[in-house]
Amino acid sequence: MTREWVARAVALVLVVGPSLGLAYGLARHGEHVTLRGAMPEQGGWQPGNLTVAVGEPLHVALTSDDVVHGFAVAHHVMEPVDVMPGQVTEVTLRFERPGTYTYYCTRWCGPNHWRMRGTIEVGGSGGRPDTAGPAPYLALGLDIDAPHPPSAVPARQPSAERGAAVAAAQDSVPAPWRIDQSPAARWRELRARRALRRFTDQEVWDLLAEVWRSSAAPGERATGRRLYARNCAACHGESGRGDGVMAERSSGARHDSASAAGHRVSAPTDFSAPALLGASPAVLHGKIVRGGMGTGMPAWGTILTDREAWAVVRFLYGFQFDHQEDQP
Amino acid sequence: MLPRAAALGVFLLLIVAGWIGTPVGSRNAAIVTVWIAWWAVLMLLAVPLLGRTWCAVCPVPVPGEWLQQGSVLGGPVRRSWSFGWRWPRRLRSTWLQNALFLAVTLFGTTVLTQPRATAAGLALLLVGATATALVFERRAFCRHLCPLGGFIGVSSQGAPLALRVIDTAVCAGHREKSCVTGSTDGTGCPWNVFPGALDANIDCGLCLECVRVCPSDNIALTIRPFGGDFARRRAPRFGEAFKSLIILGSAAAYSAVMLGPWNGLKIAAADVGSAAWWSFAAAFVATVAGVLPALFTLAVRSGGRRLSGEAVARFANTAVPLGLAAWMAFTLALIAANGSYVAPVMSDPLGRGWDLLGTAATAWQPRFMRALPVVQAALLLGGFLWSSVLARRVALAHDIVRRRGFTAPAPVILFHAAVTVVMLWLLVG
Repeated sequence: MTREWVARAVALVLVVGPSLGLAYGLARHGEHVTLRGAMPEQGGWQPGNLTVAVGEPLHVALTSDDVVHGFAVAHHVMEPVDVMPGQVTEVTLRFERPGTYTYYCTRWCGPNHWRMRGTIEVGGSGGRPDTAGPAPYLALGLDIDAPHPPSAVPARQPSAERGAAVAAAQDSVPAPWRIDQSPAARWRELRARRALRRFTDQEVWDLLAEVWRSSAAPGERATGRRLYARNCAACHGESGRGDGVMAERSSGARHDSASAAGHRVSAPTDFSAPALLGASPAVLHGKIVRGGMGTGMPAWGTILTDREAWAVVRFLYGFQFDHQEDQP
Repeated sequence: MLPRAAALGVFLLLIVAGWIGTPVGSRNAAIVTVWIAWWAVLMLLAVPLLGRTWCAVCPVPVPGEWLQQGSVLGGPVRRSWSFGWRWPRRLRSTWLQNALFLAVTLFGTTVLTQPRATAAGLALLLVGATATALVFERRAFCRHLCPLGGFIGVSSQGAPLALRVIDTAVCAGHREKSCVTGSTDGTGCPWNVFPGALDANIDCGLCLECVRVCPSDNIALTIRPFGGDFARRRAPRFGEAFKSLIILGSAAAYSAVMLGPWNGLKIAAADVGSAAWWSFAAAFVATVAGVLPALFTLAVRSGGRRLSGEAVARFANTAVPLGLAAWMAFTLALIAANGSYVAPVMSDPLGRGWDLLGTAATAWQPRFMRALPVVQAALLLGGFLWSSVLARRVALAHDIVRRRGFTAPAPVILFHAAVTVVMLWLLVG
């Protein structure tokens, strides 16, 4: 009988030993939070919410269940990292201010890539994260969902280079461009000026293009182009024509349709069409930070800072004007 | 006792790893160990050469046997925790196994790629075997329920390793039949098989319990030429014959789903519960369990209108070498493409970024891809030749030729040839 009990003890060790070893390994590895990426149709980030205290390190072990994803935290200084299927990438985050931060996928992983987001609740005291304040369209009372047809359109694409010659030929300096003023409204204001009566309509459009180019802060258009390429071009296309690689898959051959996630989506806006000249900067800014209600356009207010959102607005008007590109 | 306890420990470890590890199949120990490493050893070495040796070390029935015997050391039963009922007479066949095998293969794509599905499957096997052991006597689960057991059993008929009695007259004269009923040295055959009448590997789990209890040392492991079981006089049971054909059909179906270029088929097979999956399941069952056996029966009958059901069963057994060759060819493709996943997973079984053995960073690298089609083709042609020779031999040995003329095995050989062509097309292209 003693042999039997010894045998039972040995069997018990052999049977549960490997699993205990595994549990020990897990316990040692336990300080890491495992964050698994999956295409949004398969659940997106899992878990979708993390918590940490201000100043405390948050060790995250990133892995992907399916395709290559990217990981970045909005309003937090970090380089995006790739999240590879079956591989583990570890990052350590540390937040200096409390609030709700959004982490998101930075790789075009599928038609609903932009839905792949999660939040990090940072508890403690010491201010708020650098998020954008209330959008200007709210203060201005603008209905950003209403159509904004342009009251005037140019005969041909306005040229900033030709506009520079027009600007040099007249004395008065145009007033700063108000954010509630669409390019078409701005053109009408310039057209009404006595000092510009000697110029043709097209020359005034060219002058408008030059005003757009010269009023940009240094690097603003380059920032806008970088952000557009990373976040917008998937649907709106690199050319801004609404022909991005995800456009057809998300909107169904460019007609309104139901997306893979079950939401109604419409074809992405064509920024090269004259209709953009009817949208004021505040309207475009509002669309970016709030998203397009019922169109499939995601909200970027939790991802982009206010300065970044305005840089994208600045870049979007560039699809209407012929101008020399900023060097990246 | 120790090897099987250790095997059970690893088995439990794989269930845990599958459940809590990374859901990426190629980085999870459950998937890589079971469906790449173990499956390769089983299909390429164990079954063709050693028959049912796996069943001798399989950890699945171990807890149930411990409970049945009240002991981990074996020997005479001390205090059994089992009701010890006899397995119902009506269910004493391989049909339940066949149904379960088909059911499992329906979920194959999911189980082979999703660690949690594999973990759930392994856990179900363990729980099922233990629960069966608590109700019924001996290894009722292995003999009548285990989906893989029937597959291994039928496929192991050609293996050179077999357990047989040395002199049947000694068994006939032994009144106690302790090889079945047990003695102070052991419990007797847990498969409830009388070794004196054993003429095929199908029913023997190679546990060697009978060797341990035989008072005359009249039972031994033997090495014989390949294909020893195919020469037996007794016709295969219909369930076994059917199993031979669904093994063949499922090899073709798996090759089409997992190695074929049809993405829609892969998606349908993986999307369990969807309308597409139900269509796939219906087509799979209809083809593997309906159309293929029906075509085979037609082929046999076309060799002679009065050929009996027994002839169909005998000829069905000739499909075993081709079925085994098809599964080996399929497994080779699986291993060549995925074998390099084994090294990193041994270092990082859960996909958590560990590097226990320093091999975690081993890159994925398909191997032997140039030689693969040649070896696959050789295997399939070898399987076809063996099956064809067997068909001819079956016809000669069992009076079928004498009664029906020399054309009797020809349609069967044509059937094997057609399946071989399909397999060559699917695997070699």
